[in-house]
Amino acid sequence: MSDGPLLRVEDLRVDFTTEEGVLHAVDGVSFGLDRGERLAVVGESGSGKSVTAMTLMGLTRSPNASISGRAHLGDTELISAGDEDLRRVRGKEIAMIFQDPMSSLNPVYRVGDQIIEQIRAHRDVAEEEARERTIELLDAVGIPSPAERARAYPHEFSGGMRQRAMIAMALSLEPEVLIADEPTTALDVTIQAQIIDLLQDLNRQFGLSIILITHDLGVVAEIAERVLVMYGGRVVEEGSLEQIFYDPQHPYTWGLLGSLTRLDRDRPERLSQIPGIPPSLISPPQGCHFRPRCPHEFEKCPEVPPLESRSGEPGQCDRCWLDPEEKRRRRMVDGRIGLAAAEEAAAG
Amino acid sequence: MEAGPGGGLGPWQLTLRRLRRNKVAIAFGILFLLLVGACLAAPLWAEHVAHTTAEENHLSDTIVIDGKTTNVVDFLGTPIGPTWQGEFFLGADGNGRDIMVRLLYGGRNSLLIGITAAIGTILMGMILGLLAGYFRGWVDGVISRLLDVLWAFPVILLGVALGTALALGGLKIGPLTIQGDSLGIPILIIAVVYIPYLARPVRGQVLGLREKEFVEAARAQGMGSGRIIFREVLPNVTSTMVVFFPLLVANAVLLESALSFLGAGVQPPNPSWGTMIDEGVDRIVSAPHLAIVPGVMLVLTVLSLNIFGEGVRDALDPRSKVRIDH
Amino acid sequence: MARFIVRRTVSMVFVMFAVSILVFLIFNVLPNGDPAVRMAGKVPTETQVEAIRQEWGFEEPLPVQYWTTMKKLFTGDMQSYFTQLSVTEEIWKGLPRTFALAIGAAILWMVAAIALGLYSAVRAGGFSDRLLTVLSLIGISMPVFWIGALLSYYLGFKAGIFPNGGYVEFADNPTQWFWHLVLPWFALSILFIGFYSRVLRSDVMETMNEDFVRTARAKGLSERRVLLKHVLRNSMIPIVTLWGLDFGFVIGGGAILTETVFNLQGVGQYAAESIGQLDQPPIMAVTMFGAFFIVLFNGIVDIVYAALDPRIRLEGGAKA
Repeated sequence: MSDGPLLRVEDLRVDFTTEEGVLHAVDGVSFGLDRGERLAVVGESGSGKSVTAMTLMGLTRSPNASISGRAHLGDTELISAGDEDLRRVRGKEIAMIFQDPMSSLNPVYRVGDQIIEQIRAHRDVAEEEARERTIELLDAVGIPSPAERARAYPHEFSGGMRQRAMIAMALSLEPEVLIADEPTTALDVTIQAQIIDLLQDLNRQFGLSIILITHDLGVVAEIAERVLVMYGGRVVEEGSLEQIFYDPQHPYTWGLLGSLTRLDRDRPERLSQIPGIPPSLISPPQGCHFRPRCPHEFEKCPEVPPLESRSGEPGQCDRCWLDPEEKRRRRMVDGRIGLAAAEEAAAG
Repeated sequence: MEAGPGGGLGPWQLTLRRLRRNKVAIAFGILFLLLVGACLAAPLWAEHVAHTTAEENHLSDTIVIDGKTTNVVDFLGTPIGPTWQGEFFLGADGNGRDIMVRLLYGGRNSLLIGITAAIGTILMGMILGLLAGYFRGWVDGVISRLLDVLWAFPVILLGVALGTALALGGLKIGPLTIQGDSLGIPILIIAVVYIPYLARPVRGQVLGLREKEFVEAARAQGMGSGRIIFREVLPNVTSTMVVFFPLLVANAVLLESALSFLGAGVQPPNPSWGTMIDEGVDRIVSAPHLAIVPGVMLVLTVLSLNIFGEGVRDALDPRSKVRIDH
Repeated sequence: MARFIVRRTVSMVFVMFAVSILVFLIFNVLPNGDPAVRMAGKVPTETQVEAIRQEWGFEEPLPVQYWTTMKKLFTGDMQSYFTQLSVTEEIWKGLPRTFALAIGAAILWMVAAIALGLYSAVRAGGFSDRLLTVLSLIGISMPVFWIGALLSYYLGFKAGIFPNGGYVEFADNPTQWFWHLVLPWFALSILFIGFYSRVLRSDVMETMNEDFVRTARAKGLSERRVLLKHVLRNSMIPIVTLWGLDFGFVIGGGAILTETVFNLQGVGQYAAESIGQLDQPPIMAVTMFGAFFIVLFNGIVDIVYAALDPRIRLEGGAKA
């Protein structure tokens, strides 16, 4: 392995100026991605996970956006990079695929041509060579009759095929990092599994580092090595897959796990969910953003909890003031990990 | 139009609030009203300031400007330009008539035609669009073919054709008789010509609304078609009409001026901005103010309507795509 | 594709038929009074009126009248009673001039509208964008004959930069042909430039928010390529249809006003002069052919649209 992480994000902040005020979409996010690592970023809508990813790609740059922080990819610093430098890195060293493959492909151009376009934008190759490479790529992602399909239009593909084509396109220049933003959300469950398998293969075969953004813990369990949990624009917990599922440190994570239904247990009387609504990013709660929905809130919470390792386990950190002892106790609800109801927490 | 259950503002109130914030649109809306007001006040100006009427010609009169006495129309036939005085404020035309007075009276005609025609278009277009969209089937078939045929004619050509055909003898359908030289003819022509521009979008909208749940629900409740159209569909279509109205008036006023310019609109001796521009263009070499004055007035009026109409559209739905094609 | 063309053509024929009926109704049935008197123009004589009545068959039942009228129109047997000239011949003479005006203006307005619309969209909210919006609004608020007259007067008559109206045959003197058309082209285009640049601006701004544009940027394509090959290409599709409609409109009758002001002696001016005299046959003929041309042109535009947007073409075809 190489020295130090492949991608290092430091204190990333993204603010958008809107009619109603300044929206703090990303509020001090830091993390690292090792070469060949599969990192999952989990959170609900509005947690800032997509904005973080798009900011790494430079896709959030606009007159009403204010971006600060650092993101080092190899030698390049992505946040302060000029537009031209960023453009050169985009698609070539760091690539991204999006949620809805139908609307993400230009409907009036053939799929093959769109891949060829990307190749030739970064490499000085003849069209024939690019076309051969395109067919190779389509084959590598499991699309049958790739030569024919390359000449087809996006609307002639099925959903799963389209996403495979998007992946082929993203990998056409052998990037080091692939960011997948909810790649399976718009697909059928069976197709979902195929796409996740494909990503696993690519990671194993080529050492492709993957950042997978999702709200689906099932997907996380399938593919992730490490997990970042985001809430209200911040990373609230970070750890390995086992740590997140078996030793979660943040009440929000407990809530996420608690709302999963398990096949090996009796059906609960009621599906548990995290009460309340996501925080306003324009005027968020003071201190910890999860306070209004957290039954374990206490006097220290109005002070912003820094992202630190409190449990003593390597590679695990969180943003919750509670002692590790307290956390271990409070997260057990009805014999499993979950978020207690307010009354139970007060009594306990 | 009351506040919703959550205490939020209803859609109309939101619209008004957004509109109020658009200072530019409001300013031009007011400008339009001022122009209308000025034209309505034509008789006042004529009597108290200019001391003449729209038809009176002063070919052989003289007037005093800056102490000098000049002919209103000199021996070459060239009328005086703007005097910026009470009489002949904006000068005289080839027949020695007071331009300012004619401008205001002409404005009354142009605006009357424009606004009435727009109302006519909205009424007819809305009814046709509602019927076609709601009942579909053969009703839609017939109406859509009709609209297609109307749509096939360029606006000016159709207006001109109708204008010339009806100018001499007027119109007589059953009990309805309109004289050839009355304002009713241009009003009717312009109203009819623009029907497809409104009926088609309305029809499209109704087709979509028809499938929506609240219409299903109303039908399940046993409401008759008439009531459904009136109570459920119509309010939703109203926003389309509200957006179209200022734009329609603007286009109607422009069309009237074009038709009158060609001679197929307002017939002499009635004044309108179009006829004035026509007369002005004839004499543009010797007396350019004859053409410039009514033109500027026309442009200001249409511009105010366009800007205000834009503002209404933005206020109603900041991302809507309503347009009037030519 | 072939099926689409056939369907479209059939529908075109139907509409043309309906148009001819409407024209017939407008001129012969709708108005009040004696059609023969109307046909004779402003100062009819008794013998003229009687001759007209015979020739056009106004005593016959309506369907026969319709047939007679159509026959006269399409066999070139129509004559203006005012000028004594054959209507069809006059139209033929004026056609090249009207086309020259319309095509030149159409190209000018399209190029200008795309350039301005794209520029405003990219610089949305900035000063130049707002300035262009204001200019566009003024442009669509001006009557074309008025601005034409003013341009002709100030730049033609007074400043002498441009000729004072009139038309020069291309064969006689290409440069002068061009020079005589510059002002008319410009006057006719202003309205359309104002309108189209704003439509394009809003279409472009909408397209820029589409997912596939985001993908194009994520691929690392240059901004210019993203704009031209992805944004513009997709925004153009609705514009092309509108352009087609308006071009047909200009040929079909919009040119009337410009030709009159600049004295180009095209079909439009021919119609305008006939209007002034309330001379029906030429107006009837111009209306009919104008509408026909539009129907034809719309059909062609639809077919081009289908060629441009593969989704439309493949509708009804098998999904792979």
